[in-house]
Amino acid sequence: MNTQHNMEERLWNFIDGTASAEEKPVIEKLLESDTAWKEKYNELLEVTRLLQSSRLDAPSMRFTKNVMEEITKLHIAPATKTYINKKIIWSIGIFFIALFVGFLIYGFGQAGSGSGGEDMVAKNLNKIDFSKFFSNTWVNVFMMINVVLGLFLLDNYLGSKRKAYRKEA
Amino acid sequence: MLTGLNDSEIISRVLNGDQQAYAGLVTRYQDYVFTLTLRMIKSREDAEEVAQDVFIKAYKYLADFRGASKFSTWLYTIVNNTCITLLRKKKLEIHSLDNEKVFEMADSKYSGFSANQVEQKSKLTMVHDAIAMLNPDDAEIITLFYKSEQTLDEIAAILGVEPNAAKVRLHRARIRLKEKMETYFAEEIKDLN
Repeated sequence: MNTQHNMEERLWNFIDGTASAEEKPVIEKLLESDTAWKEKYNELLEVTRLLQSSRLDAPSMRFTKNVMEEITKLHIAPATKTYINKKIIWSIGIFFIALFVGFLIYGFGQAGSGSGGEDMVAKNLNKIDFSKFFSNTWVNVFMMINVVLGLFLLDNYLGSKRKAYRKEA
Repeated sequence: MLTGLNDSEIISRVLNGDQQAYAGLVTRYQDYVFTLTLRMIKSREDAEEVAQDVFIKAYKYLADFRGASKFSTWLYTIVNNTCITLLRKKKLEIHSLDNEKVFEMADSKYSGFSANQVEQKSKLTMVHDAIAMLNPDDAEIITLFYKSEQTLDEIAAILGVEPNAAKVRLHRARIRLKEKMETYFAEEIKDLN
């Protein structure tokens, strides 16, 4: 059964033209010398021919008219790339990475201040002094990065507005 | 009127405001799209509604078609996604490749065929009916490969899988198609050998 399936698979590949360059002459030889392969090849070739010539189903006569009636109410949406600014996507990505890295650095800073070890980290979690959160140097640096990114985003936004205004003018 | 224009020419006309030019694309692809939706949805009424929806969506997002692939490949991607969404929404069973229930359903569907009726079927009708008995995944890939003139790479893009996976799916679908033909159309199959 497996060899039969294997034979079929190789023959389908041969018929589809997806057989490898090394495989093709091997199958051609088998087709010349082996009647079982030749018979199976003819059978699969006939199935392929039938599949290719089988008819398509047709929708109702009013199909095109119905579609055209529907689209008269619609406008083509602007291409996605015209309203998705890649710079904004990158900025958002950088923002979240900065956020993640900031918390990671702060977390390790807090955990490192203890005597070490996983159990100690868990115990220390309860002891975290959240009042330090907003007076830590790292947090301040992180906040500054976010402010710069925010200004960068605002500049991008105002820049695109200015361009649009110039175009209209 | 628009028959001499290729897809790209029609698309640029539509994008430049000639809405009526879109009818050329609808006429050109309606049978392909309808056949694909019918193979997946099975009910003619639903399939026609989905096919219309596909053309409406394609029109709405036509500006997103940048010609990186053939228009037909892009259109069939919409067909695939729309049908899958509908099948999920209606909570119809999306049959996996190895779902035995599919075959039981197909078996019961055609069990009422008399020997005479089967004998009267032409070979082409037999292939058509055998495809209709397949599960939606198998029927779709066979239609895409044989009727919609899509290469395995294009089919892979439509289905969102690797080309090798598309090749395997096609092979499995053909095995199941052959099984259907051998089970229900034994007389016609004899002539093929």
